[in-house]
Amino acid sequence: MESEQLYHRGYCRNSYNSIASASSDEELLDGAGVIMDFHTTEDDNLLDGDAASPGSNYAMSNGGGAASSTTHLLDFLEEPIPGVGTYDDFHTIDWVREKCKDRERHRKINSKKKESAWEFTKSLYDAWSGWLVVTLTGLASGALAGLIDIAADWMNDLKEGVCLSAMWFNHEQCCWTSNETTFAERDKCPQWKSWAELILGQAEGPGSYIMNYFMYIYWALSFAFLAVCLVKVFAPYACGSGIPEIKTILSGFIIRGYLGKWTLMIKTITLVLAVASGLSLGKEGPLVHVACCCGNIFSYLFPKYSKNEAKKREVLSAASAAGVSVAFGAPIGGVLFSLEEVSYYFPLKTLWRSFFAALVAAFVLRSINPFGNSRLVLFYVEYHTPWYLFELIPFILLGVFGGLWGAFFIRANIAWCRRRKSTRFGKFPVLEVILVAAITAVVAFPNPYTRQNTSELIKELFTDCGPLESSQLCQYRLQMNGSKASEGGPNRPAGPGVYSAMWQLCLALIFKIIMTIFTFGLKVPSGLFIPSMAIGAIAGRIVGIAVEQLAYYHHDWFLFKEWCEVGADCITPGLYAMVGAAACLGGVTRMTVSLVVIVFELTGGLEYIVPLMAAVMTSKWVGDAFGREGIYEAHIRLNGYPFLDAKEEFTHTTLAREVMRPRRSDPPLAVLTQDDLTVEELQSVINETSYNGFPVIVSKESQRLVGFALRRDITIAIENARRKQEGIVLSSRVYFTQHAPTLPADSPRPLKLRSILDMSPFTVTDHTPMEIVVDIFRKLGLRQCLVTHNGIVLGIITKKNILEHLEELKQHMEPLVTSPAPITHVTLPLLPTLAPVSLGSASFGGLHETWCEKLLTVPGFKPQAFFSLFSHFLFSLC
Amino acid sequence: MSSSRKGSWTFVVAAAVTVFLLDGVFVHAKSFEDVRCKCICPPYRNITGHIYNRNVSQKDCTCLHVVEPMPVPGHDVEAYCLLCECKYEERSSNTIKVTIIIYLSVVGALLLYMLFLLLVDPLIRKHDPYTQPLHNEEDSEEMRPQVDNSQARGNTMLERVEGAQQRWKKQVQEQRKTVFDRHKMLS
Repeated sequence: MESEQLYHRGYCRNSYNSIASASSDEELLDGAGVIMDFHTTEDDNLLDGDAASPGSNYAMSNGGGAASSTTHLLDFLEEPIPGVGTYDDFHTIDWVREKCKDRERHRKINSKKKESAWEFTKSLYDAWSGWLVVTLTGLASGALAGLIDIAADWMNDLKEGVCLSAMWFNHEQCCWTSNETTFAERDKCPQWKSWAELILGQAEGPGSYIMNYFMYIYWALSFAFLAVCLVKVFAPYACGSGIPEIKTILSGFIIRGYLGKWTLMIKTITLVLAVASGLSLGKEGPLVHVACCCGNIFSYLFPKYSKNEAKKREVLSAASAAGVSVAFGAPIGGVLFSLEEVSYYFPLKTLWRSFFAALVAAFVLRSINPFGNSRLVLFYVEYHTPWYLFELIPFILLGVFGGLWGAFFIRANIAWCRRRKSTRFGKFPVLEVILVAAITAVVAFPNPYTRQNTSELIKELFTDCGPLESSQLCQYRLQMNGSKASEGGPNRPAGPGVYSAMWQLCLALIFKIIMTIFTFGLKVPSGLFIPSMAIGAIAGRIVGIAVEQLAYYHHDWFLFKEWCEVGADCITPGLYAMVGAAACLGGVTRMTVSLVVIVFELTGGLEYIVPLMAAVMTSKWVGDAFGREGIYEAHIRLNGYPFLDAKEEFTHTTLAREVMRPRRSDPPLAVLTQDDLTVEELQSVINETSYNGFPVIVSKESQRLVGFALRRDITIAIENARRKQEGIVLSSRVYFTQHAPTLPADSPRPLKLRSILDMSPFTVTDHTPMEIVVDIFRKLGLRQCLVTHNGIVLGIITKKNILEHLEELKQHMEPLVTSPAPITHVTLPLLPTLAPVSLGSASFGGLHETWCEKLLTVPGFKPQAFFSLFSHFLFSLC
Repeated sequence: MSSSRKGSWTFVVAAAVTVFLLDGVFVHAKSFEDVRCKCICPPYRNITGHIYNRNVSQKDCTCLHVVEPMPVPGHDVEAYCLLCECKYEERSSNTIKVTIIIYLSVVGALLLYMLFLLLVDPLIRKHDPYTQPLHNEEDSEEMRPQVDNSQARGNTMLERVEGAQQRWKKQVQEQRKTVFDRHKMLS
């Protein structure tokens, strides 16, 4: 009885003509609790009611999604149209569709396997292609990292002088066999000539200093100029760090050419130039981009990966792990970085492949041995001294400093980048690079700590003062009692060298802080890790020496009394530098686990995990107190990339109806009917609107949903049909049903477009809370979601709508806290122009989970199962 | 066609990488200069600090073998040697040489090509001002038929290269607009 009533109700709704005028919705939606009943029990009834067209059965029930999508895909494979299922530039992929496609392909290969030996070989090749592609990626990224390391070292030293005996050696390598035996001459060797020596013929004196100064600036400027020119002429996408973009790509966005061969080549070449130019930037972030380019290029060799965007992203995840692995010599840290920071969808299979890729890359780099120290990074250090509990206080203070620096840097850098983006000042990228390089070079040269390569600076700061150290930082005053004098252990009064080093370091700290803000975002490849670490290391070293001197002069304090006996090793300033570096990097990127693992792989000791964890966690807390975004998320937001962040929780109580398009004032939703459109009408719908997809309904009268067709697919299919099939003219009927509609005898041949129709579009009801919708988008990686009411399509929600909604709510909640620019400027500037979208627009995928969740949910990641589960869940809620 | 070209390009890269690797990893012809044992001895009593540098094998890399002549009398050798730190290091000067040469030649080639594109190319192109806007329209309108056309047209190797170059230029142009003019990305 009740069901009949409902049936009636639903039927009335069906005769609604304008779905956009949803003002009278309320009366219908009152009995939300009952509507669920209707969905579960009366669905079939209703469908049978006007199932004039067979095939419409598929569309409405999400529970049957698996079955229908199989049919759909079989259809798809029977009559493949080239180009269908690909994506335009700046569009977002549909993870669910890609996953289905891959499973279908896999099934096909498996079923053919037994047919012949050749097919069997092909299936083996297919099964192994995943491992092959990550192996190749690892090999290539390791080799390229070696190239970058060697070339950057050489070019960096080129600013100071040149090796006469062998042009291709850097300073260190040049003096490899030199026999200068005294400490005073340890850095000199006859083969290495500074520019002043070569040009003026004298190594000392003010003249030579000025000459060296001049040559330093000259080389720095020419490297920077060359780098920015190459970037501008050949591959504009090669600039920046690349991690925000890779994050976006991995979340399911398409940026054509971003991971291409030209980008790879130019990024590799210009990265060396940029590092050598002495700008305050590092090569670690760009190395991730380089590795991802390798992954993308190699995936073209394997049809499994080249034809499937979702599968390709698995390779890219592995590649980014390889990139960090070679950047820091930390394979495990690389895998965790991929998991925590860049990847969106990280199944267990990818974890193993990432691990393998990281391993291969690290092995290759180790074989090349770019630094001649049998390590993967320049600043590898080993400590053997223990740390004491009271030291946690300075470590936590360093964490606070890191968090403050991170928050400050993010704000300042974003403000500066916004300025560059929105004012005329952004029109002069080359000039800007030259200017920053010139200022950097002029200011950096007088201070020995800023003159040297940042990696070397970090190495010097990390290294503990031993008897063999010659650096100024280790010029402690010798103690009076003779026997101790020769032992260069710590905990001695600081000598004049240390004091002068201190103020030089302070100046270097200020300089680095200022320059890094202006450097990150320049139009050259620029990483953030090294400058951040350098800042942290400088601060850490200063704190370390301060604590050390404190312990020396006040060894009777209760804190020091217990642990620090006179003359015993107790404070290790190098360790403070390392903790500081980790804290600053953590403050800027807001990484935690991967950062600690990377740093502990740098030190090769598990002993210091607790200090590192304490500092990194503190810096994250302090940083989060000032703003929850890391630098990469901030840049993603600044550029308006369609990235649905899983770290932010959706806490508002809005409903799907309020977010969906069309809004009440908008024109009605553009829909296609399943069998009474002509080609001409269809083309005019496509040409008049800019939507990227159209819901297909039964008829104008019934308005019920059949499926969803993408604009690109329709365009391609019509073009293809008009070229290949006879008799398709403008007045041909287009139908999406299984069988052709009955037509008058003299009408032209109809065009069947069923193969491009997605008959299992994801739908939610209009009363679904946005909380759930956002979750569905994150976890399933949908491109769009249709909003229905009683099976009637009301509107559509795309990822862009969700992101706009989030932005709106954010502005509402915290009015312009972080963005001084007007709201209109902040809201997703990329989308409106690049992807002319609104309703069925490019909406985007994302399987966002927090990193631990990724591990937990991954093994059973089955979109179809999720589908049915979710739809049941949804319906039971409504 | 485009995929096969991509494939071949990738193979070229793979080959280059392999050559690089072979040089780096397997041709470990450790030349005379590529290993060293460096001992750093800090000041001891009245002897100033010294650095000793010798070519010895890894197992001989100890203070006793490397520090020569020993600055201290026999009974003090042990104490002196305890302070010294010896490090065995090896490098591959060939790898370094090859890397730098490859790098410089690539930079040089790119520099020449850049100069060609910026200076010479506009002069050559000036002769046919009509083809350029025509190309543009065609490309921006429909990507697909354009590809087909170029396949049909590209009979000779030269034409194909030319077509590929044009397409590439278009892409870079587009990227440049995105990054430098519209500031939609990477700002």
